[in-house]
Amino acid sequence: MFGKLTLEAIPYHEPIIMGAVAMMVLGGAALFAGITFFRLWGPLWSKWLTSVDHKNIGIMYIILALVMLLRGFADAVMMRTQQAMASTGAAGPLPPEHFDQIFTAHGVIMIFFMAMPFMVGLMNIVVPLQIGARDVAFPYLNNLSFWLTAAGALLINISLAVGEFARTGWLAYPPLSELQYSPGVGVDYYLWALQISGVGTLLAGVNMITTILKMRAPGMTLMRMPIFTWTTLCSNMLIVAAFPILTATLAMLSLDRYLGMHFFTNDGGGNAMMYVNLIWAWGHPEVYILVLPAFGIFSEVISTFSSKKLFGYTSMVYATVCITVLSFIVWLHHFFTMGAGANVNAFFGISTMIISIPTGAKIFNWLFTMYRGRVQFTVPVLWTLGFMVTFVIGGMTGVLMAVPAADFVLHNSLFLIAHFHNVIIGGVLFGYLAGFTYWFPKAFGFKLNETLGKVSFWCWLVGFYLAFMPLYALGLMGMTRRMNHVDNVVWHNYLLVAALGAAVIACGIGAFVLQILVSVLNRKALRDLTGDPWNGRTLEWATSSPPAFYNFAVDPVVTSRDAFWEQKQTTGAGLQPLPAYGKIHMPHNTGTGVILGGFIAVLGFALIWHIWWLAVAAFAAAVAVGIGHTFNENRDYYVPSETVAETEGKYFKQLTSQV
Amino acid sequence: MSNAHSVAAADAALLNAVEAHDEHHHDDGSKTTLGFWIYLMSDCILFAAVFAAFAVLRGQTAGGPDAKELFSLPYVAGETAFLLVSSFTYGMAMIAAEKQKQSATLRWLGVTLLLGLGFMFMELHEFAELIGEGAGPDRSAFLSSFFTLVGTHGLHVLSGMVWMVTLIAHVLRRGLTHANIVRLTCLSLFWHFLDIVWIGVFTIVYLSGVAA
Repeated sequence: MFGKLTLEAIPYHEPIIMGAVAMMVLGGAALFAGITFFRLWGPLWSKWLTSVDHKNIGIMYIILALVMLLRGFADAVMMRTQQAMASTGAAGPLPPEHFDQIFTAHGVIMIFFMAMPFMVGLMNIVVPLQIGARDVAFPYLNNLSFWLTAAGALLINISLAVGEFARTGWLAYPPLSELQYSPGVGVDYYLWALQISGVGTLLAGVNMITTILKMRAPGMTLMRMPIFTWTTLCSNMLIVAAFPILTATLAMLSLDRYLGMHFFTNDGGGNAMMYVNLIWAWGHPEVYILVLPAFGIFSEVISTFSSKKLFGYTSMVYATVCITVLSFIVWLHHFFTMGAGANVNAFFGISTMIISIPTGAKIFNWLFTMYRGRVQFTVPVLWTLGFMVTFVIGGMTGVLMAVPAADFVLHNSLFLIAHFHNVIIGGVLFGYLAGFTYWFPKAFGFKLNETLGKVSFWCWLVGFYLAFMPLYALGLMGMTRRMNHVDNVVWHNYLLVAALGAAVIACGIGAFVLQILVSVLNRKALRDLTGDPWNGRTLEWATSSPPAFYNFAVDPVVTSRDAFWEQKQTTGAGLQPLPAYGKIHMPHNTGTGVILGGFIAVLGFALIWHIWWLAVAAFAAAVAVGIGHTFNENRDYYVPSETVAETEGKYFKQLTSQV
Repeated sequence: MSNAHSVAAADAALLNAVEAHDEHHHDDGSKTTLGFWIYLMSDCILFAAVFAAFAVLRGQTAGGPDAKELFSLPYVAGETAFLLVSSFTYGMAMIAAEKQKQSATLRWLGVTLLLGLGFMFMELHEFAELIGEGAGPDRSAFLSSFFTLVGTHGLHVLSGMVWMVTLIAHVLRRGLTHANIVRLTCLSLFWHFLDIVWIGVFTIVYLSGVAA
């Protein structure tokens, strides 16, 4: 009846896990009670869960990302604590089977359920506004993409309470991830969580590319697009080109595990290294999927706060496109030790080093943008400066490892761990946090508290160096990744410093949470009435904060780059009220996405636990709901011109009262 | 200089065009078709990954049967004929749809569906026979990749058929509306795409398998 699922699946005997589960259950119950008490289910359903408004969907993505950031960071703290406490011969608080789940969950959560939703969320909020569009190309699909991502995240969180998570590392290399060596449900949780959220990401990619290619405001040629839109376009092209490889690879591993096939098994002619090749053919582009939008954010931030147009716009675009293409021909540098031979390794080593050229060009462009600009040291700028210093270090250690001979020594050591955290925290995370602070007023209508933002930045920056510089040294001393316990006094001291770094980062995260709370409480004082709090340059600042649900009452017309800046220079102000407005065509909200996401989550759970009848039922229900939705003809409506005039009138009143 | 001049002229023309610009953002179907093309390209990469896996594993028979022993080219030629002819009949359905001939469209869709069923039947029959002979997907890496590649294509054909039934219902319900023509166009792209993939399967799996 319930497949492999029994009451034994709940890990009662693990106090740490049960504590975390209790926290989750209590938190969930409190949230549920709060929503019920304040009678918010109705508005939550109609304004948020079923919303097809790209801004609301973007906000939901970012909330998901921040929640998962806390969970992923809790894993990081446990790892640092364990290694600090278990490096002089003691066993430490975490038994190996639990430790292995934690480092796997940390990687999976941070990449798939923190960084990806954070990125898609920022794109969703910003890109339609930047290109002067009213929504994305496929609003309902956008809602569905979010719910598929959320379904994947849900499965990962369930794995904490029911059963176990994979103990394989974040890419689940076979043969370890095969049934023979991982007979439990951990790898199955991994597979279905990623498979479901991966489909969501792919659909989001299709949506975003179509939006950018088809819905730009009149006059916005490709070379007039804001840089963030450019990097979003490239990043989504990578998504569409790379995620199918992940889908296929995970499907093959699933077939091995569920139907006894032999893609990657030790016996039957399987080839485990094929998995490693395939997964990195997705995995390396994935790195650029994450970092390209961050580069876009830094470009917007540095140009706005230097009050100058971006230096070398054209070279920035070409550098982005070069990186997009090159990202597909470097995957083998993740496993030079495979033994592909000197020529193959040399090819991939050199192609890897070549990527640093367009990336370096970008760094110079940002520096020259600041040169002779009036740089304001706001929080987004601090993140950008912190990024430039940190990312250059991470980039250089990357080039070091691109030398195959050096990589043979450094492979799978903590040097590698330090390197990729150096670029992912210093590049991706700093970028998204800069973007978060920069666009927060646009999404919510008030700015974030500046002081706490600075505290958070400095804690993150200092904490990062404390936590990861020792890992470079440890890697050079020969410490490999994923060690549960070890007896080495010399390493111990470095691990203590790293643990201290994690504590400082915890302060940074605390300050960040506090910053949001304090800003919400002070939202009246921090209100952004103009819609243009930073003296911005691109079209998203030409709307009110938050923008009306239809974004633009009239299609903006673009005659140059930095369209809004240009407009302010020529007219001396932003938008002017018009004597009359036309009606606006908008999509209806729909509950199909959330319902479908729910069925797919049930399907995933049933497949993980081999509850076949439930899997069949959930799949049939999902197909029925999906097909049923195509018969829904009532998809869109017209906003009457009076409503538009009223909304716009309020905004212009707000603008003039400001002066 | 002349370049800047022409850009300015283009902008002026643009401003005039915007005056006449339709106020609402209706989709004339071009967004849907472009989006669908992009999805198809991603599907193409999915197949590329599975093809690559087959290419790596085709020799790994683990002492079991190889392609030469298992495949019969005349049988596969029959499957291929079903699929290629169904592409043609779908094309006829599209021509009829463009001319707003509803019953002809439905007839051609029906024929396409039958041909698709014929293909699926032959494929499942082949699979059943192989499994019966002890050459199932768990026999060797070669057979795992064979079943996965051909099965992935088969699942696509199956979902194309489910989709076709849905669209027949749509056309019966609303007729050949603009929305329905856009939907038929997307399925058309999908159906022809599966034909192209099959030509790859036919060549790489069967022809070169038996010839090797």
